[in-house]
Amino acid sequence: MKLGAAAIAAALVCAGGAMALPPPSPNQTVIEEAAMPRKLSEFGLFRAGGAELSDGVLPYDLHTPLFSDYADKARGIWMPPGAKATVDADGNVQFPVGTVLIKSFGWADANDGKPVETRLLIHRSDGWTALPYVWDADGRDATLAIGGRRIPVSFDEPDGTTRSISYAVPNKNQCKECHALDGAIAPIGPKLRNIRFGAAYRTNAAGRIEGLSRQVAALPAWDNPASGSVAERARAYLDVNCAHCHNPKGSASNSGLFLRWTDDPDGVNYGIEKRPTAAGRGSGGMDFAVAPGHPEASFLIYRLESLDPGIAMPEVGRATVHKEGAALLRQWIAGMETRSAH
Amino acid sequence: MRVRHAAYIALPVAAILLGLSPAAAKTIRVEPGGVDANEKLQEALILAEPGDVVELAPGRWTLTDGLSLDVANVTLRGAGIDDQNGSILDFSGQQGAGEGLLVTSDDVFLTDFAVLNTKGDGIKSKGADRIVYHQLRVEWTAGPKETNGAYGIYPVESTDVLVNRVVVRGASDAGIYVGQSKNIVVRDSIATENVAGIEIENSYDADVHDNIATKNTGGILVFDLPSLPMQGGHNVRVFDNIVSDNNTPNFAPKGNIVASVPAGTGVLVMANRNVEISGNIFDENGTANVMIVGYRYEHKDPKYQPLPKAIVVADNLHGRAGYAPAFPGGAEIAAALGGSIPPVLWDGAGDAVVNDAVGVLSLNLPDVSMPQSDAKPSPADLSGDAPAALPGVRLPESMEARIR
Repeated sequence: MKLGAAAIAAALVCAGGAMALPPPSPNQTVIEEAAMPRKLSEFGLFRAGGAELSDGVLPYDLHTPLFSDYADKARGIWMPPGAKATVDADGNVQFPVGTVLIKSFGWADANDGKPVETRLLIHRSDGWTALPYVWDADGRDATLAIGGRRIPVSFDEPDGTTRSISYAVPNKNQCKECHALDGAIAPIGPKLRNIRFGAAYRTNAAGRIEGLSRQVAALPAWDNPASGSVAERARAYLDVNCAHCHNPKGSASNSGLFLRWTDDPDGVNYGIEKRPTAAGRGSGGMDFAVAPGHPEASFLIYRLESLDPGIAMPEVGRATVHKEGAALLRQWIAGMETRSAH
Repeated sequence: MRVRHAAYIALPVAAILLGLSPAAAKTIRVEPGGVDANEKLQEALILAEPGDVVELAPGRWTLTDGLSLDVANVTLRGAGIDDQNGSILDFSGQQGAGEGLLVTSDDVFLTDFAVLNTKGDGIKSKGADRIVYHQLRVEWTAGPKETNGAYGIYPVESTDVLVNRVVVRGASDAGIYVGQSKNIVVRDSIATENVAGIEIENSYDADVHDNIATKNTGGILVFDLPSLPMQGGHNVRVFDNIVSDNNTPNFAPKGNIVASVPAGTGVLVMANRNVEISGNIFDENGTANVMIVGYRYEHKDPKYQPLPKAIVVADNLHGRAGYAPAFPGGAEIAAALGGSIPPVLWDGAGDAVVNDAVGVLSLNLPDVSMPQSDAKPSPADLSGDAPAALPGVRLPESMEARIR
């Protein structure tokens, strides 16, 4: 998929490079004050006529990203000129008012490599707000879709399977379902242990984010065995793909299943021999979320491998099974010592 | 004159206190049928401002994705719950989201519409204080099926919950399920052909009254489970309900706690303290009209209290019960007792006062780690002095005002 991301980036550069118009700079008034601009171009976060990020927007990447139907993602941070972010004691990046986190979704082999949608997370004086934009057919601008949208998309999975799905652009509320922390919207990705910047941007990033150079153990890259053991990579995967809801302040707080990188991976609240709470059909007739040694008897796996909305996890943002991610989690559970109950 | 003058002042003040701003409040009406009807409906729920009403025209929406509301003090109002003239949200073709409608804001009023055939839960409200569910229907129209969604009406992690005059049918877990919440009233509602009709779980201060729970696997359940953020369920009153013919074979997916509820259960209390079961009419519940048990699964939660304590059963009317006890060994016990077991069944754990003039069967398993095979069933006399009566639940006046 890295090749795919490169292809998208190249396509974006070409699209932008052909334009003779001067690159607009982000419009801070629109960012901080306009409630819900109808067109993405109004923000000035992209070069005119395409999906190339404007000058001054800082592209970034994550060691372990959220799985979204095998989409390639292009991420960027815009901060108002002169303003700086800081890193708090927990390693969360605290962004100044006026910041926009930008995330575009696309597939190298779909839509001519152009992005399908772009989501903005905007930090205003009254908190963060989330806005989803769907790119227009000509790929020159994107239009607000606060009610969400379903878009047919076809692409090849890494194993070569061609997949046609009804891709769900989240509505504004669904953005918050994942980004909710104590009922308010908060960023998920930019944490010191997971964020990374390309070589060309590191100096700039270090100048804009105070504390970025602090030494912390990086989150393992879920698909890179050199970055951690199977268990470590599985925990990184669960942190990024599940813990935004499955934490005591998140949308799944009532489940009692907490999957943060910092949670005790042997505890019942990490799913180990945890019985279903409100899983309904999600239990798949199994007794435990994680049955050590038995991925086939662990309904965490069952839910991850399902596409049925009454069963599937995550509840939002997945119309495709992440086979490689599920395989890693299966390997992690299979490697656990079987307990007496089995 | 003085009185009138005061009234003029008091009215706007009251409106402000209620968080209402009548001058600005508007009604957003949405219609079914158009190509973008679903997007329009979801947009209305996003664009609504506090005080607004989102009005569903009569007709049927065929939805592919879950709806959600995250704006405080919004009313979602339809034209009724019946298929002909009502406002019907049909999720038979649902492709995404764990529920049909998700509410995450406070002071929301849901009324006069139906939610059908969701893949997961019907209507869920989470962290939504002072929510009012009134005159709603949530139904899986093919009746009891394991493939139905889990909960029909599902408020969780909320303070002040009113469920009033709703009808729920077909839930593969609980028709009306209130979890990890405080100050709850469920009344004047009908729960039929669900696994659990009405369930109050890991919650404090609940009144469940004047409901009809019929043809479920278990009529009304009061549960407390371990390893959850809120536990120690207590102060629940189950009174003046009709709990009859709850003999539907259990169709819950295995693994879920309600999958262990025997068919033929009227009211079931598991763990919890201070639960009053009074003034109900029980009839034709094949296992027991009232069952009181401890949480008998292995758990690793040192803070969890698995025993039922201070459970009171009084002033109920008991029709036929115990003629088909559907728990392991039940048939043998019934045979030994001449064909049926008494209407009240206790596993012998914790403590209860039963002052109804009917028999109580104890399984004499006081320690919840004892397996059911160790049961030594015998009649028990649990009559005695009940603890002080619970005060009952009072909801904020703003909630009762919604439905007047």
